[in-house]
Amino acid sequence: MNLRPLLLAAAFAAVPLSGLAQLSIEITGAGANRIPVAIADFGGDPTAGNAVTSIVRADLERSGLFRLVDASGLPASDTALPPYADWKARGADALAVGSVNGAGTRFETRYRLYDIQKQTQLAGQAWAHAASQTRLAAHRVSDSIYLKLTGEPGIFSTRIAYVVKSTGRYELQIADADGANAQAALVSREPIISPTWSPDGSKLAYVSFEAKKPIVYVHDLTAGRRTVIANFKGSNSAPAWSPDGRRLALVLTKDGNSQIYTINADGSGLSRLTTSLDIDTEPAYSPDGRWVYFTSDRGGSPQIFRVSANGGSAERITFSGNYNVTPRPSPDGKSLAYISRTDGRFQLTVMDLASGQTQVLTDSTKDESPTFAPNNRMILYATEIGGRGVLAAVSADGRVKQKLSVQAADVREPSWGPFVK
Amino acid sequence: MRSHVALATALTAALLLAACSSQPPAPEQNPAGVSEGKSTTVAPVVAPVTTENADAAALAALKDPNSAVYKRSVFFDFDQYVIKDEFKPLVDAHAKFLVKYPKLKMLIQGNADERGSREYNLALGQKRAEAIRKALVLLGANEKQVEAVSLGKEKPRCTESTESCWAQNRRGDMLYSGEF
Repeated sequence: MNLRPLLLAAAFAAVPLSGLAQLSIEITGAGANRIPVAIADFGGDPTAGNAVTSIVRADLERSGLFRLVDASGLPASDTALPPYADWKARGADALAVGSVNGAGTRFETRYRLYDIQKQTQLAGQAWAHAASQTRLAAHRVSDSIYLKLTGEPGIFSTRIAYVVKSTGRYELQIADADGANAQAALVSREPIISPTWSPDGSKLAYVSFEAKKPIVYVHDLTAGRRTVIANFKGSNSAPAWSPDGRRLALVLTKDGNSQIYTINADGSGLSRLTTSLDIDTEPAYSPDGRWVYFTSDRGGSPQIFRVSANGGSAERITFSGNYNVTPRPSPDGKSLAYISRTDGRFQLTVMDLASGQTQVLTDSTKDESPTFAPNNRMILYATEIGGRGVLAAVSADGRVKQKLSVQAADVREPSWGPFVK
Repeated sequence: MRSHVALATALTAALLLAACSSQPPAPEQNPAGVSEGKSTTVAPVVAPVTTENADAAALAALKDPNSAVYKRSVFFDFDQYVIKDEFKPLVDAHAKFLVKYPKLKMLIQGNADERGSREYNLALGQKRAEAIRKALVLLGANEKQVEAVSLGKEKPRCTESTESCWAQNRRGDMLYSGEF
């Protein structure tokens, strides 16, 4: 029974945030062999062209897989062949040229990518877009360059969700993967934890404490509406989408200890998945939907297990150390990110599921809540630097490192969204 | 520390509410698909004027520093979920209180220290709340009067990274209707 009106100024009409609240990204480590690439200044509309040029350059640089080659002073037309010899002399393996043209609200961004060594065109694409989508068009260019040069899809046009905590205020925010365009989906005076994207990127499930206890919501981002999907007696938490987006695994305590259940995305069709006398929590589906990974202290200390999505007996996955939590399988199903504690340090760790080999990816001490980029390449997680909550990203091989922070606030609970169609 | 004046006001309203409501402290599952479109502000309920001396007595006891039910917090040792002997009299007093005032509802909020995963800490806090809930029921409180929930490490009473601070956060709080 709550008699106090809640702040919860549910910002369903997404509210753009001030510059102060924007995530800023700092690159703190890069790959060993970076591909030298030149991004020529985009032509056409000077303002839009400059914007696209700088966004593409920043995207590629931030990925840690590319080294930007000076592109000034050479002709850069997206209609004529480039002077291959000149670009080769500058050490570029690849060259992107392009333009942004348009008037009023309609624009078109075009680009071509050339292999300087082989003197061939690798890609040529055009996107029609509204003026307000210039940033997205630039990320599409980056994604295309990334795909052609690394063989993997880029994640520059994806979005991330996270929680920003300032004094007495919690905001569930959504931003582009580069931290730009941050918008608040929910503002509350009480904690918000465990946001997680639906597989189609249209919804977020999360836990809100606005009713003085944890309750699970599904928030439809396009309709700007949310639904309580689990408000049983006791605590309701740890939502995890099934790969088809129809069901969620979650944790309820209505029958005593924290146990894992599954439920339809509309809150109907509840079914119990695990049955133990101990804590079972932090479920996460394998990408093929066959397994649910989870944390359990059934062996005396928290360890990672998995159970068939249809139920049955659980199989233990982690064996070293006495604290292994928050299992998050990679989108390709090959590896598992989780947090392990060693000598009091909580660190992001990745396990190759085929071999069982593990690697600690960070040297920080308070890592939490790992989430894979949809292309498997990066893992975003929460950590603490100088007493402040920040997000950090590290490549799955541990080489590329980034830090994402917000001025004068704690950032935590990241969830990386899926590829955007 | 919360203001006792505000607490008393809230409690008065809550007791009146409790007196006229058959709602459990937390509803069982909402019907599927119910949309909470806007902020979930609870509309103020106009309570009927009653003259229940029992409620007045309950109110007085809960805010009387010398009363056995004045204290609400049960502290736990690191990685422990059993109620220590020193807190058994307190839990016993609250159980008796719930028996005496069967219309009262209690929300038990478990907490955990800041170390480690948020969701795992939520489960640890739940274990503490559940230990208190079980003890209260064993001592006679009605199952429907008590709900055990967890705040995990989300609402720490103390925010420093020290052992004495962590100890304060390994805690279960027994809150009556209107206090949470």
